Amino acid sequence: MYVAVKGGEQAILNSHKLIAEERRGDPAVPELTLAQIQEQLQLAVDRVMTEGSLYDRDLAALAIKQAQGDLMEAIFLLRAYRTTLTRFGETLPIDTAQMAVRRRISATYKDLPGGQVLGPSYDYTHRLLDFALAAEAGAGAPEAERAECGVEAAIPRVTDILNHEGLIEQEVALDDDGPVGDLTREPLRFPAERDIRLQNLARGDEGFLLALGYSTQRGYGRNHPFAGEIRLGEVAVAFVPEELGFAIEIGEITVTECQMINQFTGSAERPPQFTRGYGLAFGHCERKTMAMALVDRALRARELDESVEYPAQDEEFVLYHSDNVEASGFVQHLKLPHYVDFQSELQLIRSLRRRHDENHKEAAE
Amino acid sequence: MGAANENAVVGDEGYNFAYLDEQTKRMIRRCLLKAVAVPGYQVPFGGREMPLPYGWGTGGMQVTASIIGRDDTLKVIDQGADDTTNAVNIRRFFARVAAVPTTEVTAEASIVQTRHRVPEDPLREGQIIVYQVPQPEPLRALEPREVECRKLHAYKEYGLMQVSLYEDIARFGEIATAYSYPVMVNERYLMSPTPIPKFDNPKLDDFPALQLFGAGREKRIYAVPPYTKVKSLDFDDHPFAIQQWEQDCALCGAEESFLDEVILDDRGGKLYVCSDSHFCARRRAEGHRGTLSEAAAKAYAAAVGADDTADAGEA
Amino acid sequence: MDNTAPLLRVRNLTHAFGHLLACADVSFELHSGEVLGVVGESGSGKTTLLNCLSARLTPTNGIVEYALRGRGLTDIYALSEPERRLLLRTDWGVVTQNPRDGLRMNVSAGGNVGERLMAVGARHYGAIRREAEDWLTKVELDLGRMDDKPKHFSGGMQQRLQIARTLVTKPRLVFMDEPTGGLDVSVQARLLDLLRGLVRELRLSAIIVTHDLAVARLLADRLMVMKDGRVVETGLTDQVLDDPHHPYTQLLVSSVLQV
Repeated sequence: MYVAVKGGEQAILNSHKLIAEERRGDPAVPELTLAQIQEQLQLAVDRVMTEGSLYDRDLAALAIKQAQGDLMEAIFLLRAYRTTLTRFGETLPIDTAQMAVRRRISATYKDLPGGQVLGPSYDYTHRLLDFALAAEAGAGAPEAERAECGVEAAIPRVTDILNHEGLIEQEVALDDDGPVGDLTREPLRFPAERDIRLQNLARGDEGFLLALGYSTQRGYGRNHPFAGEIRLGEVAVAFVPEELGFAIEIGEITVTECQMINQFTGSAERPPQFTRGYGLAFGHCERKTMAMALVDRALRARELDESVEYPAQDEEFVLYHSDNVEASGFVQHLKLPHYVDFQSELQLIRSLRRRHDENHKEAAE
Repeated sequence: MGAANENAVVGDEGYNFAYLDEQTKRMIRRCLLKAVAVPGYQVPFGGREMPLPYGWGTGGMQVTASIIGRDDTLKVIDQGADDTTNAVNIRRFFARVAAVPTTEVTAEASIVQTRHRVPEDPLREGQIIVYQVPQPEPLRALEPREVECRKLHAYKEYGLMQVSLYEDIARFGEIATAYSYPVMVNERYLMSPTPIPKFDNPKLDDFPALQLFGAGREKRIYAVPPYTKVKSLDFDDHPFAIQQWEQDCALCGAEESFLDEVILDDRGGKLYVCSDSHFCARRRAEGHRGTLSEAAAKAYAAAVGADDTADAGEA
Repeated sequence: MDNTAPLLRVRNLTHAFGHLLACADVSFELHSGEVLGVVGESGSGKTTLLNCLSARLTPTNGIVEYALRGRGLTDIYALSEPERRLLLRTDWGVVTQNPRDGLRMNVSAGGNVGERLMAVGARHYGAIRREAEDWLTKVELDLGRMDDKPKHFSGGMQQRLQIARTLVTKPRLVFMDEPTGGLDVSVQARLLDLLRGLVRELRLSAIIVTHDLAVARLLADRLMVMKDGRVVETGLTDQVLDDPHHPYTQLLVSSVLQV
């Protein structure tokens, strides 16, 4: 016999207990520590910090543990936590030209000042499963030897090099003293300026941006991109406390930065120049920053007088659907009871069918 | 209830009262004031992530969190019922972070947060009802571009909505919208009343209580102040009409409430019961009975886990 | 209202796209009941001119004045956007070259015609439908297709629907861009007949852009010939076509196959 079931308080509490049990898994297996997640699942932590809009490795690791490795769920946890934090000011913009570079490559030049620094990357590996990592003893403690001379400090950016000939457009802020938009405090409005667009993309889902970036390469808004520079490393974060009146360094963060260089044939007002796409993320997130830079450039179609024809160029389409916390919530909300609306639909369809049958009976007669 | 201690009304000391910080609450209240001043107009607000997902009531929760105080009593319903998972979850949230008393009795609540239904018991002056809104833009299905929608609202160009109703009549012989039925508020703004069944639309007109609407994901707030004109769109020769049932509530015999269809077996057996759980329980406590016999009613109640004799007491 | 005052007065209308001068220094007046044809080959600037005249493209220079009911000649670009949008929905009509641009393809034919009525407050379904039926009959569309969507109509039928949709609010001034372009010759002929009849019957004023001199001959009282963005010749239609003065006009006229 079928019976309509409604959830009660007790059922919800039981569900909590079940999930706690599942999360722990087999009690005979040692529990994951936050340190293990931070140290050995760094790239997961980096993604959660970037899309969670919060730079805190401990908290991101906790979120990943609590979410059983579901990164979107972890990002949601971090964002919800962020809501409770007080904001006491804004830092100065970070200066990636001063980055302590650990990896820096450019596809536009064979060699360049500062050199091609390969750094830590899967790009040069073969994707063969390494069963040594599965052994009881684990991977041990591999160590890379120190180089004879260190990486240069303050490596110049490729885009600055091109700048000297005036071949690449300048990245100029519309208004240096004006406030920078902030999507975590104000709603998205259109038309959206570049500061809001970049923030939206930085927080946006990596998979979504990857697909959109890919679509531009396949012809849905092609703009001939080149990876001008990708760099990974630590940058100082500086803050000006009101009481002091001058800047102090409050720490450093790891960021990945990508500058894409794109074609532009010029218009009535502007001579031909290279144009740019920009990507920035917390931690080591190359795929994200590259996709972000491709989409950033596509969204600049409007301001560069290019015709908007493809999804990656459509501001409303991209910016409204990039947030996976919003998307996940709304898609999954279909699991909530909708039986009142469904009841209305049932009634309506029954009434329409009655009308349909009557009309057909008339026609047949 | 067995889990009484777990559900005990205890404030969670780790968070500010009602979770949001005071600055955010102030920002939301400013938006609410603007919304009340322009009935039916969608005010953009800087919505925050809440501990429930987008689409699950974060907008309604942010509105409630911004207006609730220690003297308030909160009722939360989903699909008209106090005991659906979503309603339970949200009520527990506020019990945890605001330590306010909660209730299932409509008349005793100062704030009612609801998903997709208006309570059958009429609200009075001084009460506030907070609606959860999935899609605040009534024109969204007809015009996907936000910039164009804003112009249509600004210039009161609502012909497009009327055209869609015309199309329904041309195609089906009647207007085919059963919920989220569009309304004109204060003879100025076209508004979505949220996915309440059109059955509930007439209640919104000249309503004594304050009506607030929060959309968390879309980040919009709107409002209908008390005693405002709210008119469902229609044609002069195809006037707006609400749903009706041939049956009455099988439990309490109510003839005028919105009924849920309950499947009893896999041979098409069904019965109809009030969607508003408190309304039904109150009537039964007052002695009203429907066609379902006492024994069957007890069996039904046991099956759905509700206590038939509890007449809508405290949560 | 002063009957001698023009319905539309245009002075020094100019529009440039960057350095490209699309139309330059166009001036003319249109009186009530007149039909003005603007002819020229592709690239002559006639479509740009039409867009500037019909409030859909702000010109870089010049002024367009329309005699609004009760207000007299008013600069249309000095109006607010809602006033302009209302004008385009009521007193003015625009028939685009491609009917897909002027119709709602996902709305039924009846709905397309009824929309302008509903946009200005019509609320009786039966009355709206009857009026839509009237207009569909006037443009010789089969009433049996009234509830069908125009995406299933032929090009000629779509164009007739666009005309009905435009004329339902009884506009005083209609702008048409190549109204018979892209249609089969026989379909064109019937459509032109229909247009001519409607213009006379409703005493419409119209500005019609076309590269086809036969269309101009049939519909227009006066002609403006455009080349490279400038007006090179104007005058009564028959005079311009039978006795062209400007070499370019002579070239145009002589290029038309005499059948």
